[in-house]
Amino acid sequence: MAEADAQSFWSRYLFSTDHKIIGLQYLFTGMFMGLVGAFLAYVFRMQLAFPGAHVPLYGVVTPLQYNALVTNHGAIMIFWVAMPILIAGLGNYLIPLMLGCDDMVFPRLNRLSYQIFFLSAVLILVSLFVPGGGFGGAWTAYPPLSASAQYNHTPWGAPLWLIAVALEFVAFLLGGINFITTVMNARAPGMGPLQIPIFVWMVVIASVVFMASVGPLVAGAIMLLFDQLLGTHFYDPKAGGDPLLWQHLFWFFGHPEVYVVLLPALGIVAEVITVFARKKLFAYKTILYTSFATGIISFFVWAHHQFVAGIDPRMAHLFTITTLIISIPIAEMTFAFIATLYGGSIELRTPMLWALAFIAEFLIGGVTGIFLGANATDIYLHDSYFVVAHFHYTFFPIAVIAGFAAITFWFPKMFGRHMNETLGKIHFWGTIIPFNFVFIPLFVLGAAGEHRRIYSYEHFSQLFTPGLQNLRVLATVALVVMLLFQFVFLYNFVRSWIAGEKAEPNPWRANTLEWAAPSPPPHGNFAEMPTVYRGPYEYSVPGRPLDYWPQHLPS
Amino acid sequence: MTRAAEFHVPLATRRSATGIPTGRLALWWVLASEIVIFGGLLASYVMFRLHHPHWAEEASHTNVWAGGFNTFVLLTSSLFAVLGHQAAEHGDGTRAARFLKLTVLGGLVFLGVKTVEWSGEISHGFTIYRDLFWTFYYTATGLHGLHVIAGMIVLWLVARDAGRGKNLHRVELIGIYWHFVDAVWIFLFPLFYIAR
Ligand code: HEM
Ligand SMILES: [Cu+2]
Repeated sequence: MAEADAQSFWSRYLFSTDHKIIGLQYLFTGMFMGLVGAFLAYVFRMQLAFPGAHVPLYGVVTPLQYNALVTNHGAIMIFWVAMPILIAGLGNYLIPLMLGCDDMVFPRLNRLSYQIFFLSAVLILVSLFVPGGGFGGAWTAYPPLSASAQYNHTPWGAPLWLIAVALEFVAFLLGGINFITTVMNARAPGMGPLQIPIFVWMVVIASVVFMASVGPLVAGAIMLLFDQLLGTHFYDPKAGGDPLLWQHLFWFFGHPEVYVVLLPALGIVAEVITVFARKKLFAYKTILYTSFATGIISFFVWAHHQFVAGIDPRMAHLFTITTLIISIPIAEMTFAFIATLYGGSIELRTPMLWALAFIAEFLIGGVTGIFLGANATDIYLHDSYFVVAHFHYTFFPIAVIAGFAAITFWFPKMFGRHMNETLGKIHFWGTIIPFNFVFIPLFVLGAAGEHRRIYSYEHFSQLFTPGLQNLRVLATVALVVMLLFQFVFLYNFVRSWIAGEKAEPNPWRANTLEWAAPSPPPHGNFAEMPTVYRGPYEYSVPGRPLDYWPQHLPS
Repeated sequence: MTRAAEFHVPLATRRSATGIPTGRLALWWVLASEIVIFGGLLASYVMFRLHHPHWAEEASHTNVWAGGFNTFVLLTSSLFAVLGHQAAEHGDGTRAARFLKLTVLGGLVFLGVKTVEWSGEISHGFTIYRDLFWTFYYTATGLHGLHVIAGMIVLWLVARDAGRGKNLHRVELIGIYWHFVDAVWIFLFPLFYIAR
């Protein structure tokens, strides 16, 4: 430890190359941005429930501001919350620990990727305050709206937003390369591909999918930036360009991106449920192969976002079929999780509650997706609040529920202390119950014809009926309740970090290698670099006195 | 005092479960991500091109001779990179450095020719705004040019190290990167200059 102790505060915590510090930096930045994203949602939901009213802590929302709030809420939640928490934060923290090595193979590249990410986060926040305000052309940034300040009225906001997103992509490309090479090369002796914990596999597959899908969008973003700043016409049909090109490039990335964040979330759930059901993960290999399949199929579904954008009906059928096919591997994984739970001796600790809630809520997201994947029904539901409700039933479990499962599960490892169980359960129920009250009304509103991205429904008499308006108020009130309960979590987090009950290195009696390191692990992780003797999920093996069998213990 | 603190070289970087050196492995992933970026741009270009037959006429204003000469220059510079790698394999850092500097020189000539070409075209009214063909032309060759510049900077740094006998394994890596830059040009040249 001498080496680490000799470092100054700055080099130890702010400019560290230690994967754990970088992981926590990503985690905390993601959590902070989560508060920002949630605050934006609070402001625009208040506007929808009480049009034109003064929103506490914000003021009156103008139409342009409303667009900027929605756009940046979406972009921040995906790129600055889900990605940094699930992939970069937990991936950085856990991959070297789970592989049994001391760090990533490129520690300085790792630090660089965080610095670029941090810069991108600063830029997106700055973009909200520049003259003209933040970009309001939706997180999908369709041209021509996004391509010219003449249409979006945000001469500074739009380019800054685009540059911030592009920098974020660069950070994750660098991070992904580090992850993939680390997992390929730096595994502990004895750890074959089938001894790698599912979470690590998921992050690797996600990184490959990200890398393959984001490239064309980077090219597209360069073209969009040129349209914005130089006045070229890549996306302008008047001058021979084509706005549909952007839609193809965007969704060729955008749909796989859902799986980029989904796969690590599924990995987290898999880790948590085996531990708290004390059972072997059901069908490890099948889960692995179906994850690969999901990654590949996710490249062949993108045009389901364009069913209403002048697509040839024969193509629409093709994309309907591929879209429905992709639900098979995901359903299969869900069944594997349920089979893991079946007959297990389940302990309902907080992380387990989150993991079970993930399965339940994500199921709703998956089932409602069928309606949108089928071109005939999508033509009616497209860009309605049904869509908004559907993708929040997938994204909220991914980013928020799986995130809380992970934080509460690995907290004892990260900080050497336990979180408070009672506060954890209060926070859990205080989040899950209101969550459903926020989004179930949105399904109803969407089916009733409420179009998304509209500032106020006052001018649409058929949408401004008392019945529908009451649903809007209900969703907004539930959101406020849910947000208030997040302070329980913050309090629990800080209090437990400082004064929580001390945790042993392996409090959950788990098998994977991170639990073999001290809590919190020192720089360099392990006192003795581990060797791997078996797979990660040997729980309740018949004939053994203990119900777990860590990977690094010789037989 | 944990044992881990005694590792002066971090352990992770010394392992090689695949048998491939980590640096080379990472470089291939970098190239994979670069290929999809150029792939996206060029695929977009080709799709447009199929819908705009008049681009053939625009393309006839590009300078095939300059482009052809530059192809030759890049291929030669790639050869120097290979020779540099060979020298590094034999542990001859000074020789490797000399070849890498020749590679940088190739990059300079390439950029010089490109500058003359661009200024000629711009002065004849073929600017980035003239037509979408030219927008693509400047964007694609410009992006490639940025890769040439980045490659030259890294080549120079690696050459400096190699001259002092340090980090000889990097000679191979930057060589592979340079071949990639070369290969991209091999696609750009026919797409923008020859195919009419
Ligand atoms: C805190 C709870 C949340 C609430 C109340 C909420 C609410 C909303 C609403 C009402 C909209 C859309 C409006 C429209 O189209 O007019 C929206 C958009 C969106 N939300 Fe959320 N959201 C929440 C959390 C999340 C999370 C966790 C994610 C993703 C990880 C997310 C991702 C998005 C995206 C991508 C959009 C689309 C933005 C756009 O159209 O440009 N949201 N949200
Ligand atoms: Cu999709």
